Amino acid sequence: MRNKFADTFYELGKQDERLAIVVADISPAGSIAKFRNEFPNRFINTGVAEQIMIGMCAGMAMRGLRPFAYTIATFTLYRPFEFVRDDLCYQQLPVTIVGIGGGVTYSTLGATHHAMEDISIASSIPGMSIIAPCDPLEAEAATFWCAKVNSQGPVYLRLGKAGEPTITQTALTPFEFGKIRYLKQGSKICYLSYGPMVDTALKISNQLDEKHAINSSVVSCHTLKPLDVYGISKILDNYEHVIVMEDHVPHGGLGSRVKEIAWNQKAKCTIHHFHLQDKFIHCYGGLNDIYQAHGIDKETITNQLIGSFS
Amino acid sequence: MQLIAANRCARYRKRILDISQQVGALHIAPAFSCLEAVDAIYNNFLRKTPQGDFKDVFLMSKGHGCMIQYVILEELGFLSKQDLDLYCKSGGILGAHPDYGNPGINASTGSLGHGLGMATGMAYAEKLKNTDVNIYCVLSDGEFQEGSTWEAVMMAANLNLNNLIAVMDCNDFTGLERLSEGHPAFYPLSAKFKAFGWDVLEINGHNTTDLVTAISSQQQRPLMVVAHTIKGKGVSYMENVPIWHYRAPSPDEYKQALIELEGQFNAQ
Repeated sequence: MRNKFADTFYELGKQDERLAIVVADISPAGSIAKFRNEFPNRFINTGVAEQIMIGMCAGMAMRGLRPFAYTIATFTLYRPFEFVRDDLCYQQLPVTIVGIGGGVTYSTLGATHHAMEDISIASSIPGMSIIAPCDPLEAEAATFWCAKVNSQGPVYLRLGKAGEPTITQTALTPFEFGKIRYLKQGSKICYLSYGPMVDTALKISNQLDEKHAINSSVVSCHTLKPLDVYGISKILDNYEHVIVMEDHVPHGGLGSRVKEIAWNQKAKCTIHHFHLQDKFIHCYGGLNDIYQAHGIDKETITNQLIGSFS
Repeated sequence: MQLIAANRCARYRKRILDISQQVGALHIAPAFSCLEAVDAIYNNFLRKTPQGDFKDVFLMSKGHGCMIQYVILEELGFLSKQDLDLYCKSGGILGAHPDYGNPGINASTGSLGHGLGMATGMAYAEKLKNTDVNIYCVLSDGEFQEGSTWEAVMMAANLNLNNLIAVMDCNDFTGLERLSEGHPAFYPLSAKFKAFGWDVLEINGHNTTDLVTAISSQQQRPLMVVAHTIKGKGVSYMENVPIWHYRAPSPDEYKQALIELEGQFNAQ
């Protein structure tokens, strides 16, 4: 995803002199390095200083540029929070904040590097939009939207790292900002997720469909804010089981919003919400080890769902 | 120049005092300390486009000092008398801190330590666009207690932003106490900015001639004008008295202030 973002940004940046990237001491991966070499003036490194990264982006946007702030997810939102709120959101500036390693992608780096409440925090600010693409193709479409289409205000673009598989090449609908997107469509059971967990949802769906002769839907909710309330509402009406999966704390993420919509419309379906626990993570290992510790790995979710469906 | 400016500044102070009798919520003393500096920038440096907009940018980083910005924008026709009459009132557009999008207001400030970062981004953008636009930023001294301001100080020097001119309203007071008493390590100032790669001038921030000379000094690097000022300058009972950070005078106090201001017209 990270590399696809970089490739897309590089290509767009070649054509549009308004695009600039402001990083805070993160090594430019892939095509961002190429962008830096070819357009050194539009690659700015503020060093280990995130408040000025956001402040400069605000000032640049006010003077007609389209800056992207780019660093590890926690340092894009938490450290400079008030700058994101006041400089970008209050003033409604078209700045894209690219958070690398959203969720607990940086599994071994510890909780200081886990952006496990980023959706909740970013959602709470008026005027902020949030996109969490699920694979490189969605990352490409989202980057294009942020760079070329968005004119309404700041966007938090939550990316994973590198190496996520491409899973949306056969999606039933194209990427559209603010709309949910069906990767497969069935009945009775619907999986809702965003970011790299959509891949897990797809795998669980395929496995359970085959084993239990069912036909489930899988939906990428890439735009967390503004959420496609109409699309989610229809799902809550039309399915018996709605399964929300997210690498995010229990409150303030997709699950909370889905339950809110369900309550408002008195939905009859059963909602299963799989999320990180309301705890900091003190264990290490790969991403799956962390997911296991918090009960959102593929096996645990699969086993729990088998029990619920039967 | 000094005489004309002094008259203008006395008029601005009177206008702010008039507004203080309509609404209790305003920062008089912080506006009075940077009053000559803001006046000097608006009336000597900000160039206009053929359409009548400002070509250069003024950013009020110490947002709580915005009363002086409002009265100048009123005089220059960007804000109306009604806008100022409705200051902090229902149906008005002007609050106690500047709101981006209002006529003549280039940034929403109020939380301290944000302005110089945005000004740095603006100045860099103008460099990228290859224009000759200058960015003028007025900060309070208290804002230099914010780490974010020093992040901006470092970056502006790294980027050689000689189109960035900052004026520090050094009245030696934060909301609670004198900086020189409570935070002696705040000083010296010039040495700090020089060490960070800025050109620095320390001047009397109530002397328009000094301000204009300093701000227009030739520069290769970002310029910091440390303007030594008096908080509440112009009204004797407000000067260096912390309660006037955010308090409106009573009718009797207002009358006394007007008498003092009368003496400042054509005084120099």
